[in-house]
Amino acid sequence: MSPPPPAAHCHHCAHHHQLHVNGLSVAYQKTEALSDISFSTSCGNTVALIGPNGAGKSTLLKAIAGLVPRRSGSIQWRGAKVSQWHREFAYLPQREDVDWSFPVTVRGLVEMGRYSQLGWWRRWRPIDQSQVSQALASMHLEGLEHRQISELSGGQQQRAFIARALAQEAHVLMLDEPFNGLDRPARENLSALLRQQAAAGRLVIASHHDLNTVGELFDEVLLLNRRPIAFGPVAEVFTEKNLALAYA
Amino acid sequence: MPDILSYPFFQRALLGALIIGFTNGCFSAYVVLKRSALVAGSLSHALLPGIAGGILVAGALTPWSAFLGALIAALLVVLGSLAVARSSRLDQGTSLAVIFTIAFAAGLIMLKYVPVQVKLEDYLFGDILNISTTDLWVTFGIAVVTLGSITALQRPILLTLFEPSVAAAQGVPVRALNYLIMTLLVLVMISSLQAVGCILALGLVVAPGATVFLLTNSTRAMVWGGGLLGALGAAGGMGIAHWGDFRPGAVITVLLGAAFLLAFFFGPRSGFFRRAS
Repeated sequence: MSPPPPAAHCHHCAHHHQLHVNGLSVAYQKTEALSDISFSTSCGNTVALIGPNGAGKSTLLKAIAGLVPRRSGSIQWRGAKVSQWHREFAYLPQREDVDWSFPVTVRGLVEMGRYSQLGWWRRWRPIDQSQVSQALASMHLEGLEHRQISELSGGQQQRAFIARALAQEAHVLMLDEPFNGLDRPARENLSALLRQQAAAGRLVIASHHDLNTVGELFDEVLLLNRRPIAFGPVAEVFTEKNLALAYA
Repeated sequence: MPDILSYPFFQRALLGALIIGFTNGCFSAYVVLKRSALVAGSLSHALLPGIAGGILVAGALTPWSAFLGALIAALLVVLGSLAVARSSRLDQGTSLAVIFTIAFAAGLIMLKYVPVQVKLEDYLFGDILNISTTDLWVTFGIAVVTLGSITALQRPILLTLFEPSVAAAQGVPVRALNYLIMTLLVLVMISSLQAVGCILALGLVVAPGATVFLLTNSTRAMVWGGGLLGALGAAGGMGIAHWGDFRPGAVITVLLGAAFLLAFFFGPRSGFFRRAS
């Protein structure tokens, strides 16, 4: 099978690429972490995954990104199997999962995003350099480039990982609890940046646990508790009945 | 020029120490980043029974019998500890400690039956002054393979060390790279056997990386800085050992230890005193 063509320019995305998750189930050893999850969305949206602890929010993100194997079901992006498009997907780990002592600077981290374009051996080109600089600038990280990644605030750390995703030219950003531990200004700042990315044609999917802020931060929400409860615009999904079902 | 440098045996020893120190130093960056120092410690003990077993099976001490024996013993120790940890309530650290000690003790007993005249001390603490031209070539070969691999594969290795699951999702063959790193670890430790012996091999393949890790925010600087430090430690150790008639392996290790303590206490970034003040 020939590899898929490179991504269309996200910045002028008129394609409305579709993400279809159909009957997805994931199991760790014998315990089922997710069963029969289905939803569809398209680029330009910000989608929240909401549910109680252990509902499988992280697992769903990891399954879409290909980090954990699925037991059954299918995930399609742009009409083809998601595994063909791994370059277009960027997974941003939860803060606890990052080795913050790793000897890498902000710029070094963002440069890693270019590796999927460059492969193992291709030489660093001027375009790679400018993509990295652009990504840093759009996440307002100029001046912090030479800091080690632990020497940043929580919001700056999230922005550094988003910048890496932009350098990768990812079309789908998947963030695991990006607002965790951020104070209000940092949360609003990050939210504005994520909305900008959606407006530029990217698809943003994030797990989130604070019910009070879902409406201001996201367009659509998937409410789940190991199985899907409801999916749609925030106002439609957040009914008392649905929330009771999810958090019962 | 000091007289000693004009002796061919000392020239060979110095060259060997430089190559070994540099290769181990570079590789130690990965051992530290992979948090594999404990595994490296048990591998270093597995070298003894491995090489002894290799000699017994092959009937002679050749680079190949030494390498294959050490590799098999290392695999047995690591995989054995994994199997024990998974099928019992013991953690891997505990099962590693039990298994590598037993393996080491078995190696000591096997030495009695080894038909080659070797002094036990040379296995344990190294004998760099008697390095032969063949040994030197083997050392050089290991250096080329190791440095070539980590240079050619620096991007996927970096991704694997930083975020293994993300790397795997991006199509990086994480498992194969982990096996490669383990194989290279066994290789560089075999090469350092000659210089510092299997007990002190751990110092060469951990201390330089650990030291530079305290000083830098760049992985590349950690690799090449570790190499530089390893080479300096090895050469300096040879000089001091000759001057004071000490065992070279011990002096090399102590020198690297001194560098580590300096970085720990006085490092400009995260030094102990810098943080305390």
